[in-house]
Amino acid sequence: MTKRVGMEVSVAIAEAVKLADADVVAVYPITPQTHIVEHLAELVVSGELDAEYITVESEHSAMSACLGSAAAGARTYTATASQGLELMQETLYVASGMRLPIVMTVANRAVSAPLSIWGDHSDVMTVRDTGWIQIFNENGQEVVDNTICAFRIAENRNVLLPVMVHMDGFHLSHVIEPILLSDEEQVRAFLPVNNYPLPLHPSKPVAMGDFAPPFIYTEAKWAHEQALRNSKKVILEVWDAFAKEFGRQYKPVETYCAEGAKTLLFTMGSFSETAMTSIDKMRADGLDIGLVKLRLWRPFPFEELRDVVKGVDTLIVLDRALSTGGPGGPVCSEIRSAFYNLNPRPQIVSFVGGLGGRDITIEGFESIVRSGMEIAKSGSDKEFQIFGVRE
Amino acid sequence: MPKPDNELTWKDLEIGCIVTNPGSAAVYRTGDWRSQRPEYDFSRCIKCGVCQMNCPEDSVKKNELGYYEADLYHCKGCGICSRECPVWVISMKEES
Ligand code: SF4
Ligand code: SF4
Repeated sequence: MTKRVGMEVSVAIAEAVKLADADVVAVYPITPQTHIVEHLAELVVSGELDAEYITVESEHSAMSACLGSAAAGARTYTATASQGLELMQETLYVASGMRLPIVMTVANRAVSAPLSIWGDHSDVMTVRDTGWIQIFNENGQEVVDNTICAFRIAENRNVLLPVMVHMDGFHLSHVIEPILLSDEEQVRAFLPVNNYPLPLHPSKPVAMGDFAPPFIYTEAKWAHEQALRNSKKVILEVWDAFAKEFGRQYKPVETYCAEGAKTLLFTMGSFSETAMTSIDKMRADGLDIGLVKLRLWRPFPFEELRDVVKGVDTLIVLDRALSTGGPGGPVCSEIRSAFYNLNPRPQIVSFVGGLGGRDITIEGFESIVRSGMEIAKSGSDKEFQIFGVRE
Repeated sequence: MPKPDNELTWKDLEIGCIVTNPGSAAVYRTGDWRSQRPEYDFSRCIKCGVCQMNCPEDSVKKNELGYYEADLYHCKGCGICSRECPVWVISMKEES
């Protein structure tokens, strides 16, 4: 029986990992991810989750332990944030390059210095090119659902790639939300047994992550690229299957009031919820505005995004990270490049805001939209606008 | 006959470039990297085997006369054998 519970999102994620029956959890605690690993420890100690819980001395070791675990064919989970994700960096490439199905929650947080434990997408952007599948979420239910989906996507024979499930630190990780927790049997039926095709086993020795001289490295990289691009098909299948079984549908790009709107605001993660309320208000005031929300960050959903902006005059992109000394908003710069060949192409206005846990209110979104529309009309000599900075 | 390594396409690779054939490193020509080769003055050699024990590539083998000699397919020319030989049998010569 599906239960509707009031639960802190981090605790609910640990419950989802239990429902998914993970075999190995190798984690190092870091704010704002800590409550996930604490609750997982409780579940393992109480015997509710029959998993090997590996306490490690750093995030680098956490991911390294996950490599071994996934290579042995175990269903493997970890979680981190910010500096922890940075410390994992080199092993993240190993996980994807070796095609190991690991699921990791990232409680998105700013990166030091100055020290900030609060949320933004700076940590995500530093791992953009690590070759992982990356999924963004707006609320606790989505994180829980996509944690379950992530195992099925990662372990699929035609995918075999690690998956990051992103959620905004504090804005999601620490809030108590009503969450639908599905029945254990139903989730287990949804998740087939992990059947990694070439696991480490003494009866059939293999070597993983071996040396690739110049004559083969390009081919290895291209195989990884193809696998990541082609994973979209399976991601869509898994989301459809999830909708059929559990009644909640996810898509690479989602919209709110976007039908026919000439101006679209673009967001990722939990800020989309506030943005929707702001859209309602602006529409009530007669503004022709809709919202587009990116769920699938990697593989990047080029076609879906291009479809959404057909007939749109202005796209206002809000990034929660700053590409320092570069184009400003890292997501916006990808969108500009994805739309460059479109004809007609919408005007694209880049905003950076919500850094290091700073809120953007309903009024804040309205001010972004109104000044974005103004810039689209009269132009700007700046690559991007920074929202809310005190000059 | 499997394809030579440098003709493999990306589709020929195992998932994640996993090597399923144990011991296949033996066919990898580490000798390609060599810029110097060991040369021997066997008249001084006492057949102690120190050069073999110290070779990081395990490329020193006994020849038919019982002398220890590098297999140039694998010898990467590091010069450790030359340094370790107690009676200065081995000198390192630039590859042309
Ligand atoms: S030069 Fe190095 S690799 Fe070659 S035989 Fe001597 S020790 Fe071995
Ligand atoms: S170390 Fe020198 S003396 Fe000993 S076997 Fe090798 S070449 Fe001969």
